[in-house]
Amino acid sequence: MTTATASSAPGGLNPLRQTKPRYGEAVIRGILVLAAAVSLFTTFGIVISVLIPSLEFFAEISFTEFLFTTTWTPLFANPQYGVLPLLMGTFVITVIAVLVAIPLGLGSAIYLSEYASPKARKVLKPTLEVLAGIPTVVFGFFALEFITVYVLKPIFPDIQVFNALSAGLVMGIMIIPTIASLSEDAMAAVPSGLRDGAYALGATKRQTALRVVVPAALSGIVAAFVLGVSRAIGETMIVTIAAGLQPNMTLNPLQGMQTMTSYIAAAGSGDVPTGSIEYKSIFAVGLLLFIITFVMNMISIRLVRKYRQAYQ
Amino acid sequence: MMSGTMSEIHDPNAPQSTSDLANTGRMDVSAVLDEGRGVVVPESVGEVVFNLDDVHVFYGDFEAVRDVTMQIGRNEITAFIGPSGCGKSTLLRSFNRMNDLIPGARVEGLLAYHGFDIYAPDVDPIEVRRRIGMVFQKPNVFPKSIYENVAYGPKVNGMKVNMDDLVEECLTRAALWDEVKDDLKKSAYALSGGQQQRLVIARCIAVKPEVILMDEPCASLDPIATAKIEDLMKELAADYTIVIVTHNMQQAARVSDRTAFFTADVDAQGVRHGRLVEYGPTRSIFTAPNDPRTEDYISGRFG
Ligand SMILES: Nc1ncnc2c1ncn2[C@@H]1O[C@H](COP(=O)(O)OP(=O)(O)OP(=O)(O)O)[C@@H](O)[C@H]1O
Ligand SMILES: [Mg+2]
Repeated sequence: MTTATASSAPGGLNPLRQTKPRYGEAVIRGILVLAAAVSLFTTFGIVISVLIPSLEFFAEISFTEFLFTTTWTPLFANPQYGVLPLLMGTFVITVIAVLVAIPLGLGSAIYLSEYASPKARKVLKPTLEVLAGIPTVVFGFFALEFITVYVLKPIFPDIQVFNALSAGLVMGIMIIPTIASLSEDAMAAVPSGLRDGAYALGATKRQTALRVVVPAALSGIVAAFVLGVSRAIGETMIVTIAAGLQPNMTLNPLQGMQTMTSYIAAAGSGDVPTGSIEYKSIFAVGLLLFIITFVMNMISIRLVRKYRQAYQ
Repeated sequence: MMSGTMSEIHDPNAPQSTSDLANTGRMDVSAVLDEGRGVVVPESVGEVVFNLDDVHVFYGDFEAVRDVTMQIGRNEITAFIGPSGCGKSTLLRSFNRMNDLIPGARVEGLLAYHGFDIYAPDVDPIEVRRRIGMVFQKPNVFPKSIYENVAYGPKVNGMKVNMDDLVEECLTRAALWDEVKDDLKKSAYALSGGQQQRLVIARCIAVKPEVILMDEPCASLDPIATAKIEDLMKELAADYTIVIVTHNMQQAARVSDRTAFFTADVDAQGVRHGRLVEYGPTRSIFTAPNDPRTEDYISGRFG
């Protein structure tokens, strides 16, 4: 044994030592660290660049006025900065979108994962995903020129040209693929043994899908919902085109509304002088939007973790 | 006559090790050799639950199981043994139409349950599966509480019962009640593999089936959990008819009344088809097999 070791390690060197330097490892590691750092610093940079003008804004306008008054007229001679109408607009349109997208998205997901033949699924899933590739500006004009004029006007004759309903409905259609595709992925990942277990107890297809597969995929489905809602809250183009730019403090979806995003887009592309209070208001609204989306994401992470703990 | 023999076999005090098989196997061993097929068919299995006559199972064009003729007796434990890929699971899944869930799978020949062809056009597979339960290799508990796992079957079948009583009864029969009675609300995933498999058995008997099909129910369990499941099977055989697929020769010898040995034949095109080689009382299969392939397999020289 001793002789064997000695012969394979001339000069008494440790035979277990690293013989070749591994430069590739270090290079790859460096590139990966850089990639992570870029995205981290970008996020950080965005937060800072939104935070500074926002803080300047709140030096002039109180939190109370911003959060609890109901008139948003930053471009008027006598500007008022109550953000509630924008929040209301975002809320109403998001709720409409979610009411459309969750049932249809989850329904398509259940159909695709549990009912469709493999052939049908192979055609339908990519088709559905094409919907996700349509530019939102196209959706916006579809809402304004088609849904409002040919679908909603005949039903609600006194609907306004720019209205929250058409924007919400079309936004709902836009996020169906997000919800359907992610939910379908979650359901497809449910082990087939669970389905077999349900069928072996005499369960029908519906009982298996709704009472075993959907609960088993719940963490993924909830994540899909939250991502869909986040997309709805952050969506800008459809609302700018179809919902109008009047900050109305109303729950009536037949009226025009302005959302946080469409205010940012409209004011940002207008000729607001840099450094003015109007200019800073854009960042204040942006900060609010950021906080809302951030909280949503935290909630979704919590929910996913909760169901995962319970079920896996 | 049969019932007398049965109670002896399931006597809990009876010796249960392989070497003592001879003591327990005092059942009808007069088997006849079916010359045409070279298959040993036991003369009598008592009351027939399943009658298979010339059963073939296909996956598309591939004939996975060819020409199986056998009868499965009531309140007996029948073991299916044989090398991997010889179609044991395929045949077992055709007993409660689980194969319907695989696109392209189909059954030819007669597979009758109490005289009713379960593949007749007017038969509802859901009714079949209600009466013929199944336990799988991997414990497939649902992502629900222990209680909800047991209650799922009765609920989907619309059984009007006192659910608390039923859950307790089934968990008790599955020898799990004492271990879980204080945390029925806990997720079933918190249980060990052996406990999960007993929960699956409790879930299965909650719909009051007559037959329990088990496909390698102990394959992912340690010897202690396996012994528990085996004891449980012997317990349950008093009320249920059990068919079990196993790769464990000792297990087949320990628990079953009858054993069917399958193997895969290669045809002229080089395609493998599963076939029943020999079927008879477990004791005679293990001590005096008629077919040399059976002998090779059980003595470990094959497969
Ligand atoms: N879903 C399926 N589709 C097509 N062929 C299948 C399918 N399931 C099994 N087979 C084939 O049928 C044959 C029998 O398989 P089966 O699973 O019944 O064997 P088995 O005896 O249970 O094997 P094991 O002991 O490994 O579980 C094999 O050749 C297998 O490849
Ligand atoms: Mg198998």
